Amino acid sequence: MQDFSYRKAQSIADAVDAMRGADDGAFLAGGQTLLPTMKQRLAAPSDVVDLSGIAELTGISVSGDTVTVGAMTPHAAVAASGAVRDAIPALCDLADGIGDPQVRNIGTIGGSIANNDPAADYPAACVALGATITTDRREITADEFFTGLFETALQDDEVIVSVSFPRPQAAAYMKFPNPASRYALVGVFVARTGGGVRVAVTGAGEDGVFRAGAMEAALTSAFSPDSISDGQVGEDGLMSDMHAGADYRAHLVAVMARRAVAAAG
Amino acid sequence: MPTVNMSVNGKPASGEVEARTLLVQFLRETLRLTGTHVGCDTSQCGACVVHVNGSSVKSCTMLAVQADGAEVVTIEGLADGDSLNPMQEAFRNNHGLQCGFCTPGMVMSAMDLVNRNPGATEAEIREWLEGNICRCTGYHNIVKSIQEAAGNMGD
Repeated sequence: MQDFSYRKAQSIADAVDAMRGADDGAFLAGGQTLLPTMKQRLAAPSDVVDLSGIAELTGISVSGDTVTVGAMTPHAAVAASGAVRDAIPALCDLADGIGDPQVRNIGTIGGSIANNDPAADYPAACVALGATITTDRREITADEFFTGLFETALQDDEVIVSVSFPRPQAAAYMKFPNPASRYALVGVFVARTGGGVRVAVTGAGEDGVFRAGAMEAALTSAFSPDSISDGQVGEDGLMSDMHAGADYRAHLVAVMARRAVAAAG
Repeated sequence: MPTVNMSVNGKPASGEVEARTLLVQFLRETLRLTGTHVGCDTSQCGACVVHVNGSSVKSCTMLAVQADGAEVVTIEGLADGDSLNPMQEAFRNNHGLQCGFCTPGMVMSAMDLVNRNPGATEAEIREWLEGNICRCTGYHNIVKSIQEAAGNMGD
């Protein structure tokens, strides 16, 4: 890993200032992706701005039908939260399946969505549940937030403050982990909401997380595993790599979607 | 260079580090606490697991500066003199280690599990160990060790 200048931000404003003053800065959340990436020299930031000292970025609150998770809240805290489990149990289950226990103890929701790995779990929850991402300067809908592979709508010096999830009528997330890396080869999050059914797919898309429109329409008509069929998500736009071909991923999307609908009930 | 101050196994520890110094490097190379191992260095294998503020983390995937001000416990912090901690004792009783390389991480990971879930079932133990790899494939006796320790530590 190349050396860098380290600064532990004392406030959100301090973090933004530090990033503006950096040649090539990176925010450090839990570091469970950033640090391995830096070790491989895929990233070599000149400045690392640590967000862990900003207390207001950590915590979970449930108000009415909205669950709000602070950006620096670790996955383990979401997984273990009784308040989240009462409101959106699928979100706890998803958080409990990220990485391994040690990664969940330090990895954060803000870090996950800011990185927007195409095989990450949280982007699927954000998109399917219609989450709102609150930053230091604006609110961004999940549909607008994830813009491509490892790309988001965030500006370079923009800090995620929290993610707010509206409570769905029913929801479930199912993933088929890569047997070696345990990242999602395909993950499907299904949410039944007052405005219809939303289905988000991670792990499979060439441009990262995406909504499966044909499945959403079929499930809005009849919320049943039988509404899912193989052709609803085609091979076009799906990744093909050493782990799985696009045809296999397309098939897995349907299988995972069926399981998610069955689990959501 | 940044200076870090932390509590390690109940004693104050400090040192100058580079910003890029990993917590495991600080523990092994500066403090000479070589019980914590580096297996893969890519956050897969769990040989480097230590506790930071009561939670198990992979010390190869945490900067020393991130642990500034924290309470760190390593495998060296478990035994009381010559008297092994119940988890260590259970690993000895159940042949829970073969070559021993993964053992520090296994024990520290298992301690975190038992702290969180004292009645962990065999299935829960196996699932918890997702981030700890034993190259000897000695999982069966590792799981037995943790089950025994969980019973003893609950008494």
